[in-house]
Amino acid sequence: MPRIIVCLKQAVDVNHIKVDPTTRRLITADAPKKISDFDKNALEEAVRIKEKLQGEVVALTVSAEDAKTTLREALAMGADKAYLVTDPSFQDSDALITSHILAQAVKKIGSFDLILCGEATIDSYSAQVGPRLAERLGIPVITYVRKLSLEGNHVIAERSLEDRFEVAKARMPALITVIKEINEPRIPSLPDILKASKKEFVTWSLDELGVSKEKVGITGSSVQILEVLAPKGERKQIKIEGENPHEIAENLAKALIQKGFARR
Amino acid sequence: MNEFKSVWVFSENRDLMLEMLCKGRELADKLQTELAVILLGCKIKDQAEILIKYGADKVYVVDDPKFEKLQTEPYLSALTNLATRYRPEIILIGSTKRGKELAARLTTRLETGLVSDAFKLEIDENKRLIATRIVYSGNGVATETYQTKPQVATVQPRTFEKPKLMERKGQVVEVNVTLEEPKTEVIEIKPVEVKKVRIEDARIIVSGGRGVEKKEDFKMLEDLATLLGGYVGNTRPLAEDRKWFSEWVGLSGKKVKPDLYVACGLSGVIQHIAGMRDSKVIVAINKDQEAPIFQVADYIVVDDIYQIVPALTEALRKMLKS
Repeated sequence: MPRIIVCLKQAVDVNHIKVDPTTRRLITADAPKKISDFDKNALEEAVRIKEKLQGEVVALTVSAEDAKTTLREALAMGADKAYLVTDPSFQDSDALITSHILAQAVKKIGSFDLILCGEATIDSYSAQVGPRLAERLGIPVITYVRKLSLEGNHVIAERSLEDRFEVAKARMPALITVIKEINEPRIPSLPDILKASKKEFVTWSLDELGVSKEKVGITGSSVQILEVLAPKGERKQIKIEGENPHEIAENLAKALIQKGFARR
Repeated sequence: MNEFKSVWVFSENRDLMLEMLCKGRELADKLQTELAVILLGCKIKDQAEILIKYGADKVYVVDDPKFEKLQTEPYLSALTNLATRYRPEIILIGSTKRGKELAARLTTRLETGLVSDAFKLEIDENKRLIATRIVYSGNGVATETYQTKPQVATVQPRTFEKPKLMERKGQVVEVNVTLEEPKTEVIEIKPVEVKKVRIEDARIIVSGGRGVEKKEDFKMLEDLATLLGGYVGNTRPLAEDRKWFSEWVGLSGKKVKPDLYVACGLSGVIQHIAGMRDSKVIVAINKDQEAPIFQVADYIVVDDIYQIVPALTEALRKMLKS
């Protein structure tokens, strides 16, 4: 019976980010937060494996304290147990540090067969934490997986690469990063949500993981974010109008030819 | 311990390696240091000389049959070994899916920072690398720097231009490295249908989204693209949900920057816009006047693509004849 750890990130919902028009700075503070999209696919896949082979699904996140709500959702979706590593000093840690904290948490959680992660998160989209975590734990990693099955002590995974699909096999314990296409995450029912509140929820501080506070956050990270601005939008936004579709099409055609397109 | 110096470039994808070589040359000149290519592969020694003509001062070659299956561990151990031995200041790695995994694992072994998918790379007054990348699925552009070395960044295809061939001299260094065995086994390879034209190379792209109801209807987009001397593209749902295509334009797919991008019946979710925002001229045709694609468009047509696209092709054809 497999024991599966799913690493989840609580991410800002990117569809609700506003921009300060004068400074072009992003306003993320009041944007709602949620489980990052592909991490949800990872959780769904873990729950499906459990439904087939039994076992246990553990959700793990390193985040601000408000991630409790997010982890409750993971429990409602079918995780058996949730671990939240939280500490104010963690803020602004990069992937190098995050993967270190996750590795310490995984070691404390104990034995496992699989770790599932999303291919990347919707906020940073750097695709680093999964492979970095595998490297820290010294276990095999298979990235960009769209199909997954377990056979005895092995995991078999189909990767979606630019030039081909590749079916890879690794001995467990192993780490897998999944892509959106692997499944359609379930929406928990009301009874599932009620059940979730009774499930075990563990909170750890960095001290409890033996991670020194000096080594996390801005001071401990090797990549430092200097500035985040909205991209410059300098588009003409000319509305092409006309009495009917033909006239509109003609006006657009004229504009394109004037711009030098469609030369023969 | 020697101090960190030199700029390195690595990708298993040759085109991407050349594109990074061009940017690498610029960074190395600014730092007044050497530019090296790490050439890893099986029977590739004879490719080293030409890389000098493309701008490298040095080419480190590891020629080994273990690279043949493109599995990460041989590459990872070679790069870890070389970087520990020669201590580069900057490493640029091609951001293919394989390259992304490789870069993340390499920088974990080297305990250093990685900026993924940098589209702008500069050296500041303190000689630090400044890397710029897209965050929040396209809502933001982050400027980042490093507090450790080597400073590593991955670079996506078509971010930088390919360098020109020059007559120049350099050094080819063959290195022996003990390579690690792969931790995974490839048991099957399924080819994907590879299109003849790389969409990243198209000068003009006519792209369709969910507003195109049937795959056959792509014909009208193709007609327009052909007339303009361009190529058709599509959004992720058409590839992943409807399975009409194997690739798509967007943050998780192809990044394109053609001279003209005609967006037909696509709403323009932020992830799609992140893949085509840098197009020179953007035309958007959509029934829904609230479609976010209009916010990044130069020319806006609020109408049905089934009416406009064929009429546009027709109008262009007539005007070109006269």
